[in-house]
Amino acid sequence: MDEPLKIALRKQGIFTTTLQELYNWGRKNSLWPLNFGLACCAIEMIATTMARYDMARFGAEVFRPSPRQADLMIVAGTVTKKMAPQVIRLYNQMPEPKYVISMGACAISGGPFKQGYNVLKGIDRYIPVDIYIPGCPPRPEALIDALMALQKKIDEQHLTGADRPRHLNLDTPSEFPVPQFGAHDLEPSQNPEIWHPPLVHISLAGKDESGNN
Amino acid sequence: MATTTYPTAHITPKPSTDGGEDQFLEVSMGPQHPSTHGVFRMNVVLDGERVVKLKPVFGYLHRNHEKIAENESYLGSMPYTDRLDYLCSITNNWAYALAVEKLAGIQVPERAEYLRVITGELTRLQNHACLIGFLMQDMGASGTPLMYAFREREKILDLFESLTGARMMCNYMRFGGCRVDASADWLQQAQKVMEAFPRFLDEYERLLTENEILMARTQGVGVLPRELAVNAGITGPMLRASGINYDIRKVDKYGIYDRFAFKVPLGEHGDVYDRYMIRVLEMRESIRILQQAMREISPGPIQDPKTKIRGFRPKAGEAYGRIESPKGELGFYLISDGSPNPYRYRVRPPSLINLTVLEEMCLGQNVADVVITLGSIDIVLGEVDR
Repeated sequence: MDEPLKIALRKQGIFTTTLQELYNWGRKNSLWPLNFGLACCAIEMIATTMARYDMARFGAEVFRPSPRQADLMIVAGTVTKKMAPQVIRLYNQMPEPKYVISMGACAISGGPFKQGYNVLKGIDRYIPVDIYIPGCPPRPEALIDALMALQKKIDEQHLTGADRPRHLNLDTPSEFPVPQFGAHDLEPSQNPEIWHPPLVHISLAGKDESGNN
Repeated sequence: MATTTYPTAHITPKPSTDGGEDQFLEVSMGPQHPSTHGVFRMNVVLDGERVVKLKPVFGYLHRNHEKIAENESYLGSMPYTDRLDYLCSITNNWAYALAVEKLAGIQVPERAEYLRVITGELTRLQNHACLIGFLMQDMGASGTPLMYAFREREKILDLFESLTGARMMCNYMRFGGCRVDASADWLQQAQKVMEAFPRFLDEYERLLTENEILMARTQGVGVLPRELAVNAGITGPMLRASGINYDIRKVDKYGIYDRFAFKVPLGEHGDVYDRYMIRVLEMRESIRILQQAMREISPGPIQDPKTKIRGFRPKAGEAYGRIESPKGELGFYLISDGSPNPYRYRVRPPSLINLTVLEEMCLGQNVADVVITLGSIDIVLGEVDR
């Protein structure tokens, strides 16, 4: 239905919509985050839900302690190698459609603790992340901005077609393998289906692979 | 199934009525649990509702703070100390700065000492207010007390932000002083916040102190006897709630704490209610300290000019600096071998050591009381696991 006709109908008091718009509108305005804090960023996450910043204005105030009732995971803080299997298990237990916000430098890449032997270098090695918020810790405004970016992302999703979201595509997995702590480190050290180490081209003697100087 | 006996069990399980064998239920609380204050985990063995054994499991937030600090320069570790006890970054900075100042023999100018006291006591105010909010949240008062606490906390964080540039991770102290000076305008703002704070406390107390539900839930719950508190090395509000007069601000008189008149509130029973009450009273005493510090602060330098920023290499030796952080005795133990980074760097975290008596406080209690007993200890996992 084209836009002028919609507007004309609305003037008559007739509201028209598509299933897709209705579905996305409902989903984006009632995100239920998982009540799940890991470290410092969790305090800012709590501050975002409190009186001054009030995340309830964006429909995301119902923090659920159970992953079965949540559809947004805010990974707020440093993920250590001891905690990583639990984070991924919690993600697997969440019902589809589910989204992940990686909050803070630690959840993105390990942040200031990246050189630590026990710190996971980014949660996106194991689970797909929708929104990244840099900062150590990010301000509550940044979390609200991330939430609005996620709402925009949800609003633009198509129910059909090749680019439909993961939960409507039966071929894509909704659960991801949980790493186990092996003899020396987490095994596997990443999920190769969703994350690859960045390719680094090292040029020797001023020549790179393309043969140019 | 054979009857399991636990060496720490003070209670013998009730014989089962159906002629079967006695059975315990083992429950794993955490690491993802709404009331474990982060990623703490307890394995609780239950006989019905009663706790027979409690085993804390931690290390889910072990971020290698000490090892990283041994490979950092002395100043480079300062931002990392912010992230130890992430509710009160300024007192962490203070303890670390104090240890390095002892190690290198640095003097702190008077104005810097006053600024340290002012920011440190503001930190104590917001930490205690938040702790009470979280404790009430654990008790089921979801929302209101925590909202009130965070409303006040935001005012104090605004002060920190305008002074240091960051809300939570202030990174404010430097060896031999502070990083930035407070303007007269800032001090005026702080004065306003401080003058408004007692009204918040009155409101809080009217809501909570004589609340029947709070009293029924907390009095006589999670009792920590005096002897045990001393033997286990408990410090801070938890120790004082058990009736031991030990406050490092009075004992060590570090900085300029000998100039202020303030009382050390003491509890009597050592239960959760006393621990709540101690924090309220400590906030009132903090306001008294702040009033005196605001009145007495005078202009002057904020940094010892002899301190080297670049190439800071203290002489070989060791030092232990400790302060009364809002959670207890926070100490930093440093060994220098004359190189730019410490040879050994050790944190004495109050949260971890206060947590060691959790099992003794919880044995024989209902499982619902375990949560509030844990909440009253005031742990921050960044400091427990480091």
